[in-house]
Amino acid sequence: MYISQVASQSELCYIVTGSIHFCGKRAFVLTSTGIRGAGRKKLLRRILTDWQLYLFMLPGLAYYICLEYGPIYGLQIAFKNYSPAKGIWGSKWIGLAQFERFFRSAYFGATIVNTLRLSIISLFVGFSLPVLFALMLNEMRCKPFRDLVKTVSYAPHFISVVVIVGVLRLFVTPSTGIINHIIAALGGERIAFFQESRWFAPMYVISGIWQELGWNSMIYIAALSSVDPTLHEAAIIDGANKVQRIWHVNLPVLRPTIVVLLILNCGQLLNVGYEKVLLMQTDTNLTASEIISTYVYKAGLINAEFSFSAAVNLFNSIVNCVLLITVNTITSKLDDTSLW
Amino acid sequence: MKRAKQAQSLSDQVFDIVNWIVLSIILIVVLYPLLYTVSASFSDPKAVNSGEMWLLPVRFTLDGYRRIFDYGDIWMGYLNTIDYTVVGTAFSLFTVLMYGFALSKKKLVGRRFFSIVILVTMFFNGGVVTTYIVIKNLHLLDTRFIMYVCGMSSAYYILVCRTFFMTSIPEALSEAATIDGCSDWRFFMRIALPLSRALIMVMIIFLAVTRWNWYFWPMILLKERSKFTLQIILKEILIQSQMSASMMSSGMGFVEIQRQAEIAQMIKFAVIIASSLPMLIVYPFLQCYFEKGVMIGAVKG
Repeated sequence: MYISQVASQSELCYIVTGSIHFCGKRAFVLTSTGIRGAGRKKLLRRILTDWQLYLFMLPGLAYYICLEYGPIYGLQIAFKNYSPAKGIWGSKWIGLAQFERFFRSAYFGATIVNTLRLSIISLFVGFSLPVLFALMLNEMRCKPFRDLVKTVSYAPHFISVVVIVGVLRLFVTPSTGIINHIIAALGGERIAFFQESRWFAPMYVISGIWQELGWNSMIYIAALSSVDPTLHEAAIIDGANKVQRIWHVNLPVLRPTIVVLLILNCGQLLNVGYEKVLLMQTDTNLTASEIISTYVYKAGLINAEFSFSAAVNLFNSIVNCVLLITVNTITSKLDDTSLW
Repeated sequence: MKRAKQAQSLSDQVFDIVNWIVLSIILIVVLYPLLYTVSASFSDPKAVNSGEMWLLPVRFTLDGYRRIFDYGDIWMGYLNTIDYTVVGTAFSLFTVLMYGFALSKKKLVGRRFFSIVILVTMFFNGGVVTTYIVIKNLHLLDTRFIMYVCGMSSAYYILVCRTFFMTSIPEALSEAATIDGCSDWRFFMRIALPLSRALIMVMIIFLAVTRWNWYFWPMILLKERSKFTLQIILKEILIQSQMSASMMSSGMGFVEIQRQAEIAQMIKFAVIIASSLPMLIVYPFLQCYFEKGVMIGAVKG
């Protein structure tokens, strides 16, 4: 056996729920074959001995090539006048005309404002509450109660969006829904929540919190279980009360996780999930509920304006990428935490 | 000194009390809609609609369940969803595990390239329309096969698998196996998989739940009614309030509008429970795996 310095790029990956910490690293690798033939011959040999590993990746690669990179290749129709008869490659190039059309249309401002409204509220509320919830749950000394709260709060995550929106609709029906019964009992006016556009965002955000609060806090709960108990003991001797200990001991532990998730969430700012919004849309709340992704879906698949829809989608993706990179740069300057 | 200690314990006590109260409120807020829905599905719709029923069933009835039981489309949707979930999850599971296993091997030439290939898709994708066009061009629209393979792989799950294999299966083990003449395939099947039962369970849970609750892609990709999933049927009933005449009939022919609305309401509550039942049954058993799953994902590799 020889020790050979191979410039293999083994990467350090810090994965925090969908987040990747990616940095290249040179490594010394112990190989059983050592250096025999230099360069290409050796490389080929290594590939041939590991043929089974490449076979392992085959189903995944087939999927990625067909259903992930195929669509990315297909994005060129954003610059074309796509017609199904001519195919993706055969359609005529028309440059940025589709983008211009989107920027000039009345939907441009409206969909972006609606999308940003939903995502910014979700980001602020949906991001801070799970952290608070995890910190509180962590302080609960009564284990059966803590487990009960955990079990119950995770459960809604497994309910499908269709059911969630269905339940929501039943609950807020003006004449028969329980929410409106409560409003009426308290002496208020019954509200047609689904008919009024101003209620769309609150309903979207609140039902989202109801569904995901517990689930999103799980990562913080897991991180908190790794807090060194001696830190707390030291803090108690120094006379710190619970709130101070949470602030000075527990929160710093969560900080890297929070920052990484924050960066990732900012990168998704324009990616509000269309599934739920689509189900919550009614003819009368469209002024608040038409967001970029539902607009893409309607333009592309219902009105069959494929190129236009692809252009809108591409614009969306580019904005997301720019946001992700910007936020990542800012946080790496401020906090030394970065995705890559 | 003594006073300081007392003050400190007092502030801690206040904190504990506030904590109890807030967590109890959260518990009630999360639990109440679930209980209400269950109770409403067993109650007389008149009592539900008037607000008389608020926690426990009033005038117990199984009428709603009887009506959906007779509605063939729900069963068809159920069977289709089970089909897509079981086969699709099996496909996904093997794809993800094998890709993750290959990436966990430091000896793999081009490891970085194969990682980047999947990582790119986490941040950038072609979008709904181009994906639809590609699937159409592959002549896979409205087939069962596309329901099995669509969303088959996910970069995040692959990375979780990779991290798991790298951290929990010692390098020495695979070296020893290689020296004994064990091929990669044999090592994967005979040694790596049996050692990663927790990982497999977590993956099955995540993949199967996603597929069970899937509605957007099936809605776009399926045209023929006999292939529809449960969620599509649910959407028709819950969101669009489309119900078949057979479900609505009260056995006497003419039904006044008021009564129709009540029946519709009852069917909706019953169908919500009936469709979530499999999840509700398995949920308590799976619960112990969730945190394990997050821990696997959070391990630094």
